[in-house]
Formats: sequence, structure tokens, C-alpha cells
Amino acid sequence: MLQTNLNHINSEDEFKQIIENNENVMICCGRMGPMCLPVYDAMESLEDKYENVKFYDMDFDTPHAHVIRNHELARKFMGLPFTFYFKNGQAVHATTSIQTKKQVKSNLDEYLT
Amino acid sequence: MKAIHYDAIILGAGAAGLSAAIYLSRAKLKTLLINEGSIGGQMVLTHAVANYPGVHETSGRDISLIMKKQAKEFGADIESNVEITKLDLSGKEKLVEIDDDEIFTSDVVILATGGKPRKLGIPSETKFKGFGISYCATCDGDFYAGKDIVVVGGGNSALEEAVSLTKLVKSITIVHQFDNFQAHEYAIEQAKKNDKISFIMESEITEILGEELVTAVKVQNQKTGKEQLINTDGIFIYIGYIPNTDKFKDVIKLNNRNEILTDENMKTNVDGIFAAGDVREKKFRQITTAVSDGTIAALNAIEYIQTNKK
Repeated sequence: MLQTNLNHINSEDEFKQIIENNENVMICCGRMGPMCLPVYDAMESLEDKYENVKFYDMDFDTPHAHVIRNHELARKFMGLPFTFYFKNGQAVHATTSIQTKKQVKSNLDEYLT
Repeated sequence: MKAIHYDAIILGAGAAGLSAAIYLSRAKLKTLLINEGSIGGQMVLTHAVANYPGVHETSGRDISLIMKKQAKEFGADIESNVEITKLDLSGKEKLVEIDDDEIFTSDVVILATGGKPRKLGIPSETKFKGFGISYCATCDGDFYAGKDIVVVGGGNSALEEAVSLTKLVKSITIVHQFDNFQAHEYAIEQAKKNDKISFIMESEITEILGEELVTAVKVQNQKTGKEQLINTDGIFIYIGYIPNTDKFKDVIKLNNRNEILTDENMKTNVDGIFAAGDVREKKFRQITTAVSDGTIAALNAIEYIQTNKK
């Protein structure tokens, strides 16, 4: 279990329901490591400003995280965390490795408006 | 926009900044901690801290979370993950603007902005981040299982992480710019006796090659100028840190490495401005030395505020 203040995704069913029932979803799939923590922090600090987006994290080492780990957009990813942006159930953008708050904001503005 | 006034503003929430916040807020001074990154700074990069006196073994993240809790419980306000959009340290009253929409003033500012990892400075470095370039072995080591990788650097981090990566990867080539290592003798010995590790000394990476993923690097010998191509699946970079002093370099006196110059009381060249932690010129950079700096800066800041209020 990730120790963040974000909502966690704990099963594949939950993942499917979340991306199908919400127009805009951002999911950060990682561990509690130095490359992942800044992304969780950035998401936590942006939750209030982006009320149209649902923010979640997912533990990279859980079996259900295969939905992110093995996603087509993550095929070449070699750095944690894997961060995904979903719109109307479809992954519209994904990033690998550490991202700044500015980069996260920019992606939210570009892909989840 | 109306400014909110504090007795003290601390820029940076690593070990030094958090320590200063604890001391200032416990002294009942109105204290604001402003941080552009994540709470804990470089401290959170350390998974296992075994030499913090009084604590048997813990992680950098856990220490930082406790420090944050202490600072908040003593009354410090914290603005984290914000951007400092304006900074005026020259007058008697200091001014900090964040995110273009909030202004804070203070009698004292403590600069504890730490450092950021030094990059190779090669254009393709950004392109390959997460696609063959990593700055964290414990985070990304799994992706390189059974592969050939390059580790850049010659300090403790480079050699210790290289040895740790040998449990996963097929081979490691350490590329280091000098003819000797800066790491402790124990780390050098561990790296040298590991069969999976080879060394290219006095050399630098000049080019990273690959389409979507890294496939090779060009390495140039600094003495002879001779270049060689090394096939690799990944590059782990540990070449030290550069201080975060860009925002105030025109006002605060820095050395030739852009580190802040202070006296033993952590005072800078500007009245009411103190500096603490890795951002200042010093020999040893440890969590304990940052805590010490933050404490000294805060105690002197308290004295400064009390003297100037009389």
C-alpha cells in the first residue's frame, strides 16, 4: 500500500470502474521511491485546483498494476513512476520517470481539459 | 494583493529548512516554510539512514515526515510544491511571491534551497530520461535486469549504486572523469573487487545514441581526446549536485561553485539573510550537518529578530 494522501486503486475492477465512470482521470503508478514521491506530492497539491480530474495512485508491485505496467503506451518505459492520463476511459497520454509539478500541470491542461 | 507578514521565511524544506522551521516556530516566531519541490529535499533520496544519532535505522522520507509534523505542531506554516515567482531580499523587509498570486514579507529569510542532481549537459539526456537514463538505481534497477549498463560518476553514490546494481544487471561500465575516485575507500574496494564492474577513467560521455531507447554512448578520454563507442542499455548518472542559488545569485555572495558564503553563524553578506544546508559552501554534506546548519541559522535568526525589534 502506498503511503500517500491520494486515493489508491486496489483492484483491476476498481481501475476499470474509475476510468469508465469519470471523464478525466490521472493515475500515478509507482513505489515509495525518490522519483515517485515528487509526482504524488504534485498530484496532492493539484487536487483542489483541478476539480474536473480524479487523482489516483497505484502500487507498481501489485498484480493489478499490470493494467498500467503492460499498457501499450508504457511499452518502452524504463523509469518509475508510470503516470497516465485517461479521458473518457482512454489513455490519452503517459509519462515515465520523475515529473515536476509544472510538467504535471502542463499535461493536465493539455490532455484533460 | 495584500502581503502577509512573518517573522521568518525559510526557503527550502530539506533537513536544514525543516530544522530551522522547528526551532523558529518553537520560539513562538511566526514562521513560514516555502518549498518548490517535495518536503524532505534530497533527504528522501536515502532509503536507509543508519548513521543518524539516536535513531537505529530509518528512511530519509520517515525523518522528513516527522520533521514536517514537528514544525507544523509548533506552529509553522508550510507552502509546498509552489513556485517562487518573485524574490526581493535586498531591503530591510524581505519579500517572497509564490505562484504569481500570494505575497509574503518577513524580517528574516533563511535560504535552505539545497541542490539538484548535476546533469551530463548533453542535449539527448532529457529525451532519454525514463527511456534508458536514470538517476535512481533502487527505483529503476529492475528494468535493467540482465542488461549491460553504464554508471557515470566516481563518488560514493556512483560506486555504491553500481555495486548494488550488479545484483540485477549483466555488466557495468563505470565512466569517471578523473583518474581517481572521490568515494570512501570501502566503496572503492567493493566496486573494484566486483567482477561485473569495469572502469573507464579520465573520460566523459559526449553523446548518447539510440532511437526510442538508449543503445550506446560515445566516451571520450579527457587526456588523449580518443573516442570509443560503448553499447549499453542504460545509463545511471551520479555526478554530484549543483546548488539552487539561481534566484538570488545577484544579491547573495556566492563562491565559484555558486554555493552561498556564510560565516559560522550562517549569516550571509545581506543583513537578515541566513543560509543553511547543502546550498552553502562547506565540506561535508550529511543530514546531520544540514540539521546543525538549520539549527544555528534559526538560533541566530531569533537573536537577530529580537535585537531588531527592540
